[in-house]
Parts: sequence; structure tokens; C-alpha cells
Amino acid sequence: MKFRDLSDLAFRNLREAVLRNSLTTLGVAVGVASLVAMLSLGVGLQQLATSRLAKSGLFDSVFVTPKTNLRRPGGGPPASRTPDAKARPLDADARAEIARLPNVIEVYPQIRFFTEVRYDGKPYATMVAGMPESSKASGAFDGMQGSFFSSPNADEAILQTEFAKELNPQTASLIGKDLVLRYAERQSIPSQPGETAQNSGGFSVVPKERHFRIIGVVETEPASGFGGFGSGRLLIPLPIAETLRAAQVNDLRDILRDSSSDKPTYSSLTVRVKSPSLVEATEAKLKELGFGAFSLLDVSKGLRTFFRVLDLLLAIFSSLALAVATLGIVNTLVMAVLERRREIGVLKALGAADRDVKQLFFVEAGVMGLFGGIVGTVFGWLIGRALTFGTNVYLHRQNLSSVDISSVPLWLVLFGIGFAILVSLAACLYPASRAARLDPVQALRYE
Amino acid sequence: MPDAQPAIQLDQVSRHYLMGESVIRAVDNVSVTVPTGEFLALLGSSGSGKSTLLNLIAGLDRPSSGSVMAHGQDLSKMSSLEVARYRRQTVGMVFQSFNLLPRMTLEENVELPLRLAEVDRSERSTRVREALQRVGLEKRIGHRPSELSGGEQQRTAIARALVNRPKILLADEPTGNLDSATGESILSLLREIQQNLGMTIVMVTHERILAERFADRLAVMGDGKLLSNGAAR
Repeated sequence: MKFRDLSDLAFRNLREAVLRNSLTTLGVAVGVASLVAMLSLGVGLQQLATSRLAKSGLFDSVFVTPKTNLRRPGGGPPASRTPDAKARPLDADARAEIARLPNVIEVYPQIRFFTEVRYDGKPYATMVAGMPESSKASGAFDGMQGSFFSSPNADEAILQTEFAKELNPQTASLIGKDLVLRYAERQSIPSQPGETAQNSGGFSVVPKERHFRIIGVVETEPASGFGGFGSGRLLIPLPIAETLRAAQVNDLRDILRDSSSDKPTYSSLTVRVKSPSLVEATEAKLKELGFGAFSLLDVSKGLRTFFRVLDLLLAIFSSLALAVATLGIVNTLVMAVLERRREIGVLKALGAADRDVKQLFFVEAGVMGLFGGIVGTVFGWLIGRALTFGTNVYLHRQNLSSVDISSVPLWLVLFGIGFAILVSLAACLYPASRAARLDPVQALRYE
Repeated sequence: MPDAQPAIQLDQVSRHYLMGESVIRAVDNVSVTVPTGEFLALLGSSGSGKSTLLNLIAGLDRPSSGSVMAHGQDLSKMSSLEVARYRRQTVGMVFQSFNLLPRMTLEENVELPLRLAEVDRSERSTRVREALQRVGLEKRIGHRPSELSGGEQQRTAIARALVNRPKILLADEPTGNLDSATGESILSLLREIQQNLGMTIVMVTHERILAERFADRLAVMGDGKLLSNGAAR
């Protein structure tokens, strides 16, 4: 029989027992709804976690260090290390070269120094960190008091809440006020005529002051690359931090290595690439150039694995409802075979092959699966939205910003509907083969 | 003038059933030949095996032994798919209890064999109308079986049996559920169809008088055996 004729007959049969078939379809819909709702939570939470991490700049970044850097992660005990022949200093030339690499969108040093801040005539010791312009998009500044830096070259400062409370418990009142940064500026000493190369150079440290206007207070401690975790309590624009040329912890090491020239060297650089998928290639390229490179790609892979396992578990538990719905389909179709024995006999007497009878039942089950899948996916989406709404009501009460904890991407819609059809067809295997095997003579005698 | 090849040829056909430990011989070693274009009436008391024999000719059942040939095709050697095709294309069936599908209109009931035979939609409507016209029910095309009398329902069943233009029409007690006047009109219709279309008809009945009036030949069965092969009228 042609598919259109099969569908006509199937719809007619479904309409005949509309209440029973609707209830069966509703059972499938409930099963699919629980599956879709659970998976939408899994997907939503994964998206929430990965988008936060992606925004933080951790997963599209490569952390670059000189190979001679004693602090390089995973380098083994210092005594066992020998200088790498290919090792290059991480200086301004290297920074420019790295910036020219394909897919690199930003290269910035990590500038942090411990220093003194004067506010309202009182001294406070704190860690200052330079923030790149791109950190604005990291999400760390969302919901901050005040605003982000008006320009990368503005003498403006953002305070971390805990530090701001030290200055004034009423943190909001700090905005617009000035503070003074007192720091040690590194000034190189030019070589004197007659000095050997080994004894040339060096630098002196000169105390300096600079005024900054407080423009914001931020809740979290924004990360500025790997080394930036919890790094700064007083944040200033990175270009400004660079011009300060404040003495940092690696300066002493530079002297020991006889590289204390006027050109700054960096203890590390953060390289941001266009997307996390390009991190691996860039990391390899940087190693080829003679630098140490490290990324959090492995951590993100672990995160993806965790969410896949979570999705699987959620799917298995929510499939129990669908398993019950499957039994409903088997029951409905077995009943239909019993009730329609005579009709099956007539169809066979008129020339229907066993295959035609089987296909008729499969189409009926498929239609129930299709409708159950569509309705269930809509229900599942609604449940996800309701859970998101409830969560956000709770978060608002806790003065936290809202989040989207459920997501129904297109693949989940197609999966929900496809799975419902597949399960319905599987449930139909026994009733359909039972109908096809009916003896037409016996079936025609059935009253 | 009948064709040289018989429409139906049964050669030592038996159909046995096992009921517990005893063997029921529903059809026992029956041989009969029905020439093309003949109207054969199979007579016999209840349980004589006439309906079982008709089911064997229809391909609804398979013989325990012997062969059933229809227009040169041996049904016992056919696959289930081939038997289904044989039922669609070679035979049409009419039952005592009409066996119309109650939720379908006359048009849809008559169209059913055309759907199974995958006839084009454009052609179906014409063929359904022709078949209903032949049985005089073209004006009731949109009615459901429950809105018709017994005789009209049997006419619809005949139209459904004819719509695929089969070579053989098999009728199992077609007048069994009808009053005598209606039964007579149905047999008159079958006779007319046989004569106009040159169709072979095998009819199972226990109404000897009507059978004698309308059939070309009477065959009588008893206890699964063919008691009389009859003679042409």
C-alpha cells in the first residue's frame, strides 16, 4: 500500500479511538517532556558554565612564559632544570612577534605589584593589577558599582569590594574620589664608557606618585589571564600600568640574568586567540618559537566530559517516564489488534499482505510518537522555563543576577521528537507482528 | 464458450486440523475443476467443509495436501506475498456477513481493494462509481453501511469484490443473512455479472432451490468429501 493510503487509514483508525489514543500520546508526551526538561537543564547549566568561563578569557587564552622562567608550571624542581638552547627572553620584540601570529587578537603582560595607596591621608598596602580593555567583556564587571574605565589611558581605578570597604565601609561613596598610588618606578642605568658587557646596565628604583580617580567598585576579583586569579584589589587600565614601569618581582631575576636593559621583559604574557578551538594550535606555535606555553584546554575538556556524563545520567533517569509511556503504547496497540481482528481479516481477504498490516500499525504508532514528541518537547521547554523563572526569583531575593539554567537547542528538539518516534516504533514491534500473523480465516470468524 | 484452461482446478485437496489429539478432516481428498466463466454452487450442510474449500480457493488457507490451481497458478507454491497479490488481483470475495468496514462510506469501502492494489487515485474514483453503478447503489455513495439495508450492504460487498476486476468471484453464503426476496435479487445480480463479465463464480450456499435456479452446476459436499460433482445445467 502507498504511504499516503497507509497514513489515511492510520489517521482514521486513530480517530476511531480518539480518547484512548490521545491518552497514550499524552503518556508519550509526559515521558518526552521529562527527558527534554532534564536535558535542557543539563545543556543550560553547561552553557552557563562554559559561557562564564569563556567570558573570563581563560579558555581562549594561552599563558606564555620564557623557557628559563623558574616559575614555569610543570617544570620540575629548579635544580634539575638546564637552560633551553632555544629559550628566548619574553621582551617587547617577542610580544610584537607573538601579536603577529595568526588568530591572535590580543597579547598583554600581566602587571601586578604590591604597593602603597594613600586615601584620605591614610596609607593602605594593596596589590595593584593592570586590566586589559578586553576584561570588560569577561562578565566579572557585570553588576559593578560605578563604571568600567572610560578609556584605556584614563587615570582611573576600580576597587575590589573588600579593599574598598577598608577605605570606606560605604563603598558607593568612594566613587568619584581620588586616591594616590605610591610605587617604585624602575629606571635603567645607562652603561658607562669602559664597562664590560657583563657589568653594564642595571636599574635603579625611584619612588613615584600618581593620582587616580575611583570610578567603580567590583564584587569579584577579575581574572586577567591565568596568573590573574585573585590578583588585584586595585585595578587600573593595563596601558597605564605599563607606563608606570613599576618594579615587579621578576626585576631582580632580570639583574641576575644580565638582562636589566631599558627594554622591559615580562614574567608572562597572556595571548588571547579568536576562539578556544584555536588555542591548541597557537600553544604549539608558541612552543616552536621558544617560549613556554600553557592553556586551560585540558580543564575545559574535563568540564565537557563532566557535563556529558551529567546529561547521560539525567537522560537515563528521565527515560523511565518514557519507558512507562512505551508500555502504554504496547497496551493500546495490543488492544487495537484485538478489537480490529475482523477488520484485519477483511483487509487480508481483500489482498493486504502481512507487510501492509504491519506497516499500518507502525504508522499509527509513529503518528502517536510524532505528536507525543512535539507536545512533549513543548512541555519540556515550558518546564525548563518554569525552573529558570523559579531559580531567578530565588536569585533576585538573594540580590544575585539572573541566569538561564535551561536551554532547548534545535538538536534537543529533533532528538526529543525523533526519540519519541523511535520508542513508539519499538513499542509497536510486538503488536504489529501479532496483527500481521493473524490467520485471516480465524479473524473473519471473530465477532 | 469456456476457455481451454480451467479457472480453478483442485486435485486431491485435503485440509486437516488437529483438535487435541484427534484429526478433523475439514476437506478430505477433494478434486474438482471449474471451467472459466462457470457459476458453480457448492452445497452442503453446516460443517460439510464447503467454506473451508472456498477459503482454500481464495488463498486464505493452505491445503494440508493436494494442489489448488487458479488460472494455471499453483497456490500451494506461492509465497505469502504472492498469495496476497493473488487475492488482490485474481479473486474477489463476498461474505455472508458482508464484512464492510462500518466507519467507512460505501465509496471508501469499495475503494479499499484499489488502495491495496496501489491503483492511481485519479482512476479510483471512476472505478468505484462504475462498480457501484453495476450494483445500483451509485446514489448511496456517501452513505455508511449502517444506513443501508442488508441487501444493499451485500450489493456494496459485491461492488467491492468486483472493483479490482478479478477473474474469479467467491461468495460464501451471500444470501445467508438476507430474506428470500433480497437473496434472490442478489443471486440474480451475481448471475448477471457472470454473464456480462464472463466471470467464474464459486458460491457456497445451503439454499438448493436458489442454487438450482442461478448456478450452472451444483457440487455437494458432506463430511469434507465431494459427494456429487454435479452436471452442467
